[in-house]
This record gives sequence, C-alpha cells and structure tokens, in this order.
Amino acid sequence: MNNPYFDLLMFARGPLFDLALLVFVAGILIRIVEILVLGRKKDFSKAKGKPVQQGIKTIFTRTLPRPGAIKANPITIVGGYVFHIGFFIAFLLFVPHIALIEALTGLSWPGVGRVIIESATVIAVIAGLALLYTRWKDPVRRKLTTWVDYLVLILSLLPLITGYVAVNKLFGDPTFMMALHILSVDILMIVFPFTKLMHAFTFAMARYYNGSIQGRKGAES
Amino acid sequence: MSATAERGVNALREQIDAPVASFFSSCVSCGLCADACIFFQETQDPQYTPIRKVELLRRVWENEYTLFGRVKSMLGLGNTITEEDFTEMERLVYDSCTMCGRCTMVCPVGNDITMMIRKMREGMSAAGHAPVELIGAAKRHTKGNSPMGDLSKAIQSQVKHAIADTGIDIEFDKAGVDYLVILSAQEIAEYPEVIGAMAQIFAKAGVTWTISSEAFEATNVGVQIGNRDVAKYLVTRVVEAAEKLGVKKVISPECGHAYQALRWEGPNLIGREYGFEVVHIIELLDQLRAEGKLKTSGKDTDKITFHDPCQINRRGGINKEPRRLLNMVAENFVETDDAGTMNWCCSAGGGVGANERAGDLKNAAFQLKKRQFEKVAPDKIVTMCAFCHHTLENALEDNDMDIEVAGLTEMMAEYLDDED
Repeated sequence: MNNPYFDLLMFARGPLFDLALLVFVAGILIRIVEILVLGRKKDFSKAKGKPVQQGIKTIFTRTLPRPGAIKANPITIVGGYVFHIGFFIAFLLFVPHIALIEALTGLSWPGVGRVIIESATVIAVIAGLALLYTRWKDPVRRKLTTWVDYLVLILSLLPLITGYVAVNKLFGDPTFMMALHILSVDILMIVFPFTKLMHAFTFAMARYYNGSIQGRKGAES
Repeated sequence: MSATAERGVNALREQIDAPVASFFSSCVSCGLCADACIFFQETQDPQYTPIRKVELLRRVWENEYTLFGRVKSMLGLGNTITEEDFTEMERLVYDSCTMCGRCTMVCPVGNDITMMIRKMREGMSAAGHAPVELIGAAKRHTKGNSPMGDLSKAIQSQVKHAIADTGIDIEFDKAGVDYLVILSAQEIAEYPEVIGAMAQIFAKAGVTWTISSEAFEATNVGVQIGNRDVAKYLVTRVVEAAEKLGVKKVISPECGHAYQALRWEGPNLIGREYGFEVVHIIELLDQLRAEGKLKTSGKDTDKITFHDPCQINRRGGINKEPRRLLNMVAENFVETDDAGTMNWCCSAGGGVGANERAGDLKNAAFQLKKRQFEKVAPDKIVTMCAFCHHTLENALEDNDMDIEVAGLTEMMAEYLDDED
C-alpha cells in the first residue's frame, strides 16, 4: 500500500475499535449495575396513584418541555433537540453505518439519502456549537460546567465534523480523514462510560424514578 | 476530615440509593432547573441553581459509589468533603430552598432534585449545620408538644371557644370514633377558627371525630431540618395516639409539610404501614362533597384566587379537590398564572420562614407572588396550608397590599347549608 495513512485507518477500525467497543459495552453495563445494586427501600406509604405506570409514562412525557421553558432557554432546549435528532439521523440512518451495525449485531434497517444525512450533520454541528456557546456565555451554565463537560461536547461533535469532511473529501488526505473519523468515534466510545454521556442510558432510569415517586402520591410528574 | 464533617458524610452516605445514583449519572449540567427556582428567578444569581445545592451528596456518590470515582479516591485524587464545604452549603441548602419541587418537574432527564435536597439536609444537620431556629424548634417540639412550645393549654382553650361559638360538643380522646383531627401549631396559635369550622362541617356530614390530648400537633420540623430521628419521633407520637384511640383515619391538617411528613414519609420513618389511613382535610371535604354530605348555600361574590401549597399539590397530589370545593362557594374564582401543579411557593416553606438569616431572600422571592397577585388583583386569596396563610398575610402587609387571606376549610364552613 502506498498511502502512509492506511495503517492508521486499519488500526482505528481494527484493534482500537474492538477495544473501544469493549470499554463502551462493559463500561455501560458496569455503570448501570452499579446504580441498580444500590436499590431503594420499600415504600410503606399507601399509594394514592400508580407509581409503576406513571414511572414508565414519565420516561416518554418528560421528553417535552413545560410551557414557557423554550422561551426562557431557547438555545439549550431547541439546540438540545436539534443536536440529538441530527446526531442520531447521521449515526443511525447513514447506509455505511447501518452496514457496520449489521456486521456487529446482525440487525439492519433502511437508511436515508446523502442529502438528508449531510443536512442533519451540518445542522447538528451548528446546534452543538450553539450549546457550546451557551455553556460558555450563560452565567448559570458556565458555573455548572466543568472541563469534562466541554470535552464531552467537543468529542461528540468530532465524529460529525470528521465524518462530513471524510465523506465529502473536503480537504486533507481522504484516508487520513477517514482514519480521524473512526479514531474520534473510538475515543467517544472509550470516554462514554466515565462521563455524563451515560445520560443517554440512565435518563430513562431517572425519569422512571421521578415518575414513580410522584405517581405514588397521585401527583403529576 | 473533622469529626463533624465525618458525621455529615456518613449521613449523606446513608442517603444514597438507586434513584440518587441514576439522577447524578444523568445530569448534563443543562441548567434548566435554575429557571424553575423562585430564588434564582428573583435574584438571577447562578449560585441558586437547584442542582448545585446537592453538590456534597453528588461528591459522596461519585467518590464512593462509582468505579471511576473509587479509583480516583484510591489514588488520592478524590474530591473530598471538608468542614468548610458544609459551612458554604448551609445558605444554599436551607436559606434558598423551600423544597417547593418545581425543579423536579422541569429537569429534562427527570432528576428529583427536591428529594435530594431533603437527603442533603440529613447530611447538613448531622454535620451540625442546620439553622439555629430550626434546631430550637426541634428541641421545643421533642421536649414539649409543638415547635412553638407547650400548646396543651392553648388547644384546650381554643376547643372551648369553638364549642361556645358553634354549640357543638368536641370531646378529647374519645375512643371508637372514625377520625382523629390533628392541627398545626400555626392553626392553634393563629387560626383556631378552623376547629369550629371542622366541627360544623363534620356535624352536618355525620363524621365522628376527636382530638388527642397527647398528640394534637401535626407539624414535623424533623423533615425540614433533615433529621430522621427527630422526624421519626414526632411521627411516632401521632401514630401511637391514633392507634391507641383505634381511629380509622387521621386527618392531616391544612399544613404542607405536615401532610408530607405524616402521609408520605411517616410510614417509612417508622418502617411499617400504619394501622389507620391518613387523609388530608381537603381530600376529606371533597369526598364528603362527592357523597352529598357537604352542601353549601350562597356564594362569596369577592374576586377570589387560590394559592397552591407546594407540599400539598405539586408534591402531594391534591390539585383538583380544592378547586371543586372553591367553585361551590366562590362566584368569581380567578386563577393566577402557573396555578396548580406549577404554582410558585409562598416564599417561606421548607423551614425558610423560621430562618431569620433567610429574611432578605424570602422577601425577594415573594416579589414573584406579588406580581402574580397584582395581575389578578383579587379581593381574597384562599389557601389550604396555615403556614402559607401566615406567610402570605405577613408578606402582603409588608408590601402594602390590602388582600384578605383565608383557609379553605373555614370558607366552606362559612357557606355551609343550614337546612336539614
């Protein structure tokens, strides 16, 4: 092979990817088990509402903000939605990604065209940058944000940016760009279980507990 | 680590369970909880962002209940908690939080931040950082019979007054009745009319009831201060009195945190189910209404609005009941913005009202309620918590607002149908 970056690409998609996947899967499992083993004490109060049903319902209903919330925090809420939706379109509906997932799990589904993927990618990156901006500028978020929060947001944007550059051969060596894209994904997977990226899994647990606590009392959630 | 800080950390450690771990794992520091907080809204000071108020609980969780955190702690890189940390958190945990529960409703990942504040206070009080006024109230209540001191003579005399006013007999410690009425200290001291009001409504409805001379007071400073032992002791008093009298139900009074303490926390504090049911007075009145046992005649023509006590509505699930009752007796009932589940706190719940240091913050927080009331411009504000009643009355006066405040039970009794 003539391309000097070929080995890097092979490393990123080969041994490093396998290692990243292992850390990702094992890490998430450990984190979830670590939460569940803590358990919670039996509640002796006589339930007024339906804790289990409301807990499950809240996993879905909490997806929508309360009236007035968007007006108070437009960038965080609209940016949050757009970033998540764009990220998942680019991640889960791009045909080569589906092929990879099929190779790993045997599961597959139809993808969408390049125009949609690329639009979603660009919009998600813009939304991500807006989120970065409000983290930096808004006094509430600035005070809450740690360097890990900035790192995680940047690491989440890198696969989108590098993927777009590699696929469109915008600049640099295409093989090198593809290697960078896969490296960025490997890194994202490795840091995932150790950071707030875990919310992608634990949000369902948190919403369930919130709904079930309120539901027991017959209160809204 | 100092001995007191260690006690605090030990108490925090006991509070960590799967919900807490899932909440901290899910928080992405989006800051949306800030706008839900009355103290942030009125000061715009980022330190009042709710999730920041549970930082020490988060650190205990991270250091001791996550693999990564444990590794960091072993390498000496853990984020240890010092005496200064507890001191620094005091004003955030007690002065700028009424445990109103709005943050719990808006968190996009579903964190019950209010429940974690309750837990955080267990650590704070164990470390010796609870406000002195609350500690004083706890001492008075555990040694005597109310957070205001000895109210046993006061209750006897208020009941005598109620008997004289209504001509209805009220017997203390009467076994074999269906209901045990307990009151809040605020009602006994400041709003005793509620006793006569209940006597009249119950006489019409055929409800049999009594008051215990041993446990007639329902408040529980233990849940505000964050001390399970105090909370358990105070709940046990009511439970023992109710079980001794053999009543079927205990009526939780018009008091927010008393309902929270007796109805929801109590069984868990004593570690078993009660031998009776707990019903909030407004739930009971609404049930009597539904059964046709509570009938009213005439309506108040004043412009009336309703203030939802956080612990009874948002954190207690009693939302439609007071509105059904109020509509029976109010001709011109107008809601404020955000009324119901997302109502704003009176500004002094959760121990803030007793905490002198929090006075300025409390006044700042009330400005939000003030604007809401000004928009509706009611003649009268009705509520179902004696402490909200007390807070609103004083704050309205301080702000030169001439609006009457009334308890819902009294108001129902006022329009009770006299026909047989």
